[in-house]
Amino acid sequence: MPVTNSPRTLFDKIWDDHVVERLEDGTCILYIDRHLVHEVTSPQAFEGLRMSGRRVRRPDATVAVADHNVPTSDRSKPIEEPQSRLQIETLEKNVAEFGVPYFPLRSASQGIVHVVGPEQGISLPGMTIVCGDSHTSTHGALGSLAFGIGTSEVEHVLATQTILQKPAKNMRVSVEGKVGPGVTAKDIMLAIIGRIGTAGGTGHVIEFAGSAIRGLDMAGRMTLCNMSIEAGARAGLVAPDETTFAYVKGRPFAPKGEAFEQACDYWRSLASDDGAYFDTEVTLAAEEIIPSVTWGTSPQNVLPIDGSVPSPSDEPDPARAAQIQRALDYMGLEAGQKIAGTPVDVVFIGSCTNSRLEDLRAAADVVRGRHVAEGVRAMIVPGSGLVKHAAEAEGLDKVFLDAGFEWREAGCSMCLGMNPDRLTPGQRCASTSNRNFEGRQGPDGRTHLCSPAMAAAAAVTGRLCDVRELVKETV
Amino acid sequence: MDKFTELTAIAAPMPTENIDTDQIIPARFLKTIQRTGLGKNAFAAQRYDADGNEKPDFVLNQEPYRHAEILITYDNLGCGSSREHAPWALLDFGIRCVIAPSFADIFFNNCFKNGILPIRLPREICDELMDDARQGANSRLTVDLERQVIVRPNGEGIPFDVDPFRRHMLLEGLDDIGQTMAHDAEITSFEHRPSRAWVPSITIGTVK
Repeated sequence: MPVTNSPRTLFDKIWDDHVVERLEDGTCILYIDRHLVHEVTSPQAFEGLRMSGRRVRRPDATVAVADHNVPTSDRSKPIEEPQSRLQIETLEKNVAEFGVPYFPLRSASQGIVHVVGPEQGISLPGMTIVCGDSHTSTHGALGSLAFGIGTSEVEHVLATQTILQKPAKNMRVSVEGKVGPGVTAKDIMLAIIGRIGTAGGTGHVIEFAGSAIRGLDMAGRMTLCNMSIEAGARAGLVAPDETTFAYVKGRPFAPKGEAFEQACDYWRSLASDDGAYFDTEVTLAAEEIIPSVTWGTSPQNVLPIDGSVPSPSDEPDPARAAQIQRALDYMGLEAGQKIAGTPVDVVFIGSCTNSRLEDLRAAADVVRGRHVAEGVRAMIVPGSGLVKHAAEAEGLDKVFLDAGFEWREAGCSMCLGMNPDRLTPGQRCASTSNRNFEGRQGPDGRTHLCSPAMAAAAAVTGRLCDVRELVKETV
Repeated sequence: MDKFTELTAIAAPMPTENIDTDQIIPARFLKTIQRTGLGKNAFAAQRYDADGNEKPDFVLNQEPYRHAEILITYDNLGCGSSREHAPWALLDFGIRCVIAPSFADIFFNNCFKNGILPIRLPREICDELMDDARQGANSRLTVDLERQVIVRPNGEGIPFDVDPFRRHMLLEGLDDIGQTMAHDAEITSFEHRPSRAWVPSITIGTVK
């Protein structure tokens, strides 16, 4: 492959190190180090293999777990919905037949695929990682190139351990400075999406850089990279550094001993070179970001919590003005109203965006000593069985249960409303998930995306509000 | 996969930006383990009321658009979830070609894998094609992949770009797996590079 001496980005380096072959028209056969598989986007792929008599080329680079369609209630009972049960049984049959490693539903290691991968050390820096799920970008937090694929590509990777792709463009989003109290990775990412829009990253891989990003822990970096897809990007990544290595060290499937040290040397070499070319550069000042929430039905419909909902009359393009009106109607909001003070019916803390131990701690810090507001249903869905156990070891379950939250089993849950955890029509939800699309959390459900701390604040006050006013004394 | 060569068909205008794959096929319909049968639930929330009756104001519930094989939208079509159920639902409904000023990357890719041709054209041209589409059943568009041109009802030809490799695959109705497997020796040689020695294997006995 043509590796030159010109400065390269982190993305360029990972890409170059995985090109098996460059075809005539520039399409590359790209090698995949890790393939994560779940129950919803894989059945048709395994069926395709079966029909054509193909095998899984690298079962030892593939891991399966059920997450999207699993109940988050009592796991000792059978799955009630016949179709959901069939989908999970189909996954279990497929992993057995093709010899793919699998975390069973009743294992403590089961969880959301994008929480499990990093947590187990399956996802590592410098790797190419794919999964039939758009939030695969999460794993880019480790300094890997990770992206979502469709089911035809799942079959392609199962059969060949490669994917056909042309290189993406490079975008760098730098967030410089220090965020204020109560401002989290979620707020940073919502601010970025608000700035560049849901198609701003199309065709690009985003490298997140700058002092505010360096200062984030791994959970925060995962939140950031997770929502790269909400900015339209193919993937998001953060250069691996000492924070990354400390996180990876000792994880079950990470290299051990000398192999780990050697891997670290390699991972260190991946950082973007000085002078590397980025097709697009965006810079944000961390100090200007405040706790944020979405008002509409696209993740780019972001407002700082002290902001007001836009008006169609401010939009010159008639098609866009109509879309603002449609979003207002759908969300049950008035043009120009303050977003703070909007009453909520449901609070959902979970999803591959914000269900890690750090997220639950941030929510618990707000909840401690308070109670869920009357009439509000508030639920915590930890990202994995291990997150749940770790939180229980710290007594976080007690904080939430005492406050009136539900404390559930791990899964995707109300992020996408495939399992029974759904909004009913017209219900308004403060949610730590990633998408506020029409019907995303249930038909005619209304979603306001925000951080775990902001969601917790909404739970205890019953309204969208500025978490900084609740924790003034502590921050 | 069915070949895509030339299509003369009714086009449905949907002048909306950011049509996400949750709209194209809501998550509650993803419990299937098959590729087919999703067409009846394509755009379910906009197409049906709570009782399952068709909403008459939705374009795909209107004549002639319930027979549309081409869909024309505004920017960023197919954003959000990677679910290939979205192109499967469109295909099952009868859509073989989608036209928009821009597409989300994964959806764009998923379309090609299922014999659906996604075409990027500037918004002004999408507006013109939507105007054509609004003229009704006799106002069909012809999409000619061989010549890379859309022929409007007035006979005007609008050229479009398509990646040569993907064009070839569509014209021939090929799937890529067989093609990639022909490079098995290169893949195997890549796997044995000494620089890859650090990548751990995941063995079945170790997953609990």
